[in-house]
Amino acid sequence: MTGVKVEITVNGRSTTDEVEPRLLLAHYLRENVGLKATNIGCDTTSCGACTVLLDGESVKSCTVLAVQADQLAVTTMEGLAGESGDSLDHPVTAAFRQEHGLQCGFCTPGMVMAVAGLIAENPDLDERAVREGLEGNLCRCTGYHNIVRAALVAAGKDPDAAQAAEAESDAARTAPGFSAGSSEGAGA
Amino acid sequence: MSIMGTRVVRVEDPVFLTRGATYTDDLTDERLTGALHLTLVRSPIAHATITSIDVSAAREAPGVVAVLTGEDIDLPAPLLFPGANKAMVRPWLATERVRFVGEPVAAVLTEGRYQGPDAAELVEVDYEPLPAVVDVHASATDEVLLFPDAGTNTAAVYNKEDPDPDFFADCEVVVTRDIVNQRVAAASLETRAASAVWGDDGRCTLFCSNQNAQGARDEVAGWLGVDASQIHVVLPDVGGGFGAKIGADPEFGLVAWLARHTGRPVRWSESRSENMTGMVQGRDQRQTITIGGSRDGRVKAYRLDVVADAGAYPRLGVFLPVFTRMMAPGTYDIEKVDSRARVVVTNTTSTAAYRGAGRPEATAAIERAMDLFAAEIGMDPAEVRKINVVPPEKFPFTTKGGAEYDSGEYAKAIDLALEASDYAGLRAEQKARRERGDAKLLGIGVSSYVEITGGGAFAENASIEVHPDGSALIWTGTSPHGQGHATAWAMLASDQLGIPVEKITVRHGDTDQVPEGGGTMGSRSLQTGGVAVHKASLELIDLAKQRAADILEASVEDLEVDTANAAIVVRGAPGSPTVTFAQLAEREELKVKTVWDGKKPTFPFGSHVAVVEVDTETGKVTVERIWAVDDAGPVLNPLLCEGQRHGGIAQGIAQALLEEVVYDPDGQPLTATFADYGFPSAAELPSFDLVPMETPTPINPLGFKGIGEAGTIGSTPAVQSAVIDALAHLGIRHIDMPTTPLRVWEAIQNAVKEDG
Ligand code: FES
Ligand code: FES
Repeated sequence: MTGVKVEITVNGRSTTDEVEPRLLLAHYLRENVGLKATNIGCDTTSCGACTVLLDGESVKSCTVLAVQADQLAVTTMEGLAGESGDSLDHPVTAAFRQEHGLQCGFCTPGMVMAVAGLIAENPDLDERAVREGLEGNLCRCTGYHNIVRAALVAAGKDPDAAQAAEAESDAARTAPGFSAGSSEGAGA
Repeated sequence: MSIMGTRVVRVEDPVFLTRGATYTDDLTDERLTGALHLTLVRSPIAHATITSIDVSAAREAPGVVAVLTGEDIDLPAPLLFPGANKAMVRPWLATERVRFVGEPVAAVLTEGRYQGPDAAELVEVDYEPLPAVVDVHASATDEVLLFPDAGTNTAAVYNKEDPDPDFFADCEVVVTRDIVNQRVAAASLETRAASAVWGDDGRCTLFCSNQNAQGARDEVAGWLGVDASQIHVVLPDVGGGFGAKIGADPEFGLVAWLARHTGRPVRWSESRSENMTGMVQGRDQRQTITIGGSRDGRVKAYRLDVVADAGAYPRLGVFLPVFTRMMAPGTYDIEKVDSRARVVVTNTTSTAAYRGAGRPEATAAIERAMDLFAAEIGMDPAEVRKINVVPPEKFPFTTKGGAEYDSGEYAKAIDLALEASDYAGLRAEQKARRERGDAKLLGIGVSSYVEITGGGAFAENASIEVHPDGSALIWTGTSPHGQGHATAWAMLASDQLGIPVEKITVRHGDTDQVPEGGGTMGSRSLQTGGVAVHKASLELIDLAKQRAADILEASVEDLEVDTANAAIVVRGAPGSPTVTFAQLAEREELKVKTVWDGKKPTFPFGSHVAVVEVDTETGKVTVERIWAVDDAGPVLNPLLCEGQRHGGIAQGIAQALLEEVVYDPDGQPLTATFADYGFPSAAELPSFDLVPMETPTPINPLGFKGIGEAGTIGSTPAVQSAVIDALAHLGIRHIDMPTTPLRVWEAIQNAVKEDG
């Protein structure tokens, strides 16, 4: 098979390989680089389990080809764990733990990166902004309640106050009927 | 201070939040080096005769090691549900007939992951379509048989007695209605996966994503015709199950067989699109509810008729109406209750457990019936419920469904929910909006529920060993996949022994390390496995005291545990010699194994109030708030308990509003991807208001009941009821789930038309 050479910086380290042009970035990270935190939960760009940062912006790595990430920098959840690889000092992962923002953990690496991307974009979040900002990331376990809290905490907000404000607000919700299939936040 | 009841953050999380959990597809176990990748060719047609399968082109494709069809497999086709009609077996790979879209017909083994789907496309299968049976009532006529050898499409009948025509004779008011508890997908975020490798010792190591290692081992061994000791099942981290990962999937058996057949390790991990037709689905009952009583609000008689869909090959779904019938009367003390159920096969994916498994169907039915009855007599639905619930003094209470409710305060739960939600205030707001003629109306739904947890296996084992370094190991037969047993079981042991949670490791899901176990399902774990850990801790203390008595030169009765130091000390003798568990472990292995058998299930209960806003111009429903009282006895760790409730409530709301697995009349699934299935995101859900209430069960010493499914069971009827309630003034009495904008809008149009 004819390979294409790619050079991708992953979590600050340069990686390189000859890849099939159709190889997904998600598979490149998992199989070629051996970083298995990034998960694959669907085949329609719907679930966000594969979310990573590509040059600082959150993308769904199942929708980006490895060749499209050539010469770019990718951050996965492993990249938030410091040099030792086991640090929970990053505000997003710390908040997920404190707020019990994960159960089975499958959505977690993508969810954590989506939250990191969201805060990088706009740290002044309220509950609604978090909920809409995470629309492309599905979780089956938590009902999102504690994920939303974790995102608020990571953004330096008081989650109790934010949830109370949202509960009181009578503002009409603007979210569409359901979000499956949304490719918001996806690259490529 | 006791650690019980405190918000201990999970010990699982540091790994999950740094390098990530290790699911079956993540394994880098060296035994799997050089594994072949399995890709299954699946039927695109729901019901057909296979006229030919040509694999020759696929065999020539790059990376292909083997392409097999059913002819190549020398194992008898398995009966996936032991009680089912013996003719309803599922072939490993279909050779003569396919019975649902997604049924495997050929297996492709390749060196590389991407080569599998390429080669699978080259497998040529010719199908001669047969009429598809999709509707359960059509199936029940037996006009088209799925299994001609069975002579019937009926997989089970529960209660064959004809209904008594005078059952409602003494009722002033009788209401009846056909309702649908629609099929939904468990949609665990991790799909199904399995890897198998046979060792030189003739044993198979099977890694798989499942809720019960020991059960999966026994099933796979049975299918392969080998002794259970020859199969070593290892569950890596599991990315959600929700009931759909109870029991081995036939694909697991195929993976193990293929590994033996080829002499190489084999890996399989399905895509989401495969999962949405390949993994078992839940619910799917057509129900007829009939309720009768008097105008003062007293319900006298209730009947539930169920036709349930087993899907193409009978699995656990055949059994679940037993739970539905048992829980039919719900929280109510009803003089006469009657129910029957028929389960039929159709050309759809098999059904099995999904969060609640048979009980949500019962609750949704009785709660709809209560609402219809309340509307008919013009009484507030919360009031009708309170009149009819089992009063506290009647416990333990044996229901007309045959269940023995252990403990409950049903009216109190309703009151707590009404109070928390300011029910009267909500009704006032609802009225004001109607009077103003607002386009956005408020709907309020109240549910009262009781469910059965730990309803299957009442016993569970636990072992504890303390090590000389002061750490401890717990082995459990439960099988967490997100529930947090590593934290919870450590808390239970720590509470008794004083060993810090961080120094306790919990092992599970490995049949060599834990040969027996009932796994995690039916909200059984805490009240069985958790109580077993508590019991093991007490037995470990007894053992430690016996050994310490000699060392401390005191009698056993005078010894107690000093939890501050994880040591055995002499009671009331400060400063006298002590010995720690670690020191005892240094002298001699300090380990106990025990079994806790509660002998009975428990019955958690609660009440939810849901408030929705219905846009009458578009039919769109928004859940504004939900207040949930979920009483499962004392709470071990509020963080974990709330997490279970949140997840359950979300799934329950999703069934009420959004989710439905849909097949067209030809049996084609229309919801086979996440782009088509109504899986809710954070944007469609509110935060949840949880109201505490704790009524212990007498069944176990810690008073624990199960919490895993409660949220789902309580929220679905509350939300459905709220949607209908918003439109009650238009004369609307019922809208089937999911109450999608289209359905709501149509109901409004029809009501307005009838009115005009
Ligand atoms: S794997 Fe689902 S969006 Fe990428
Ligand atoms: S924690 Fe299981 S899918 Fe989110």
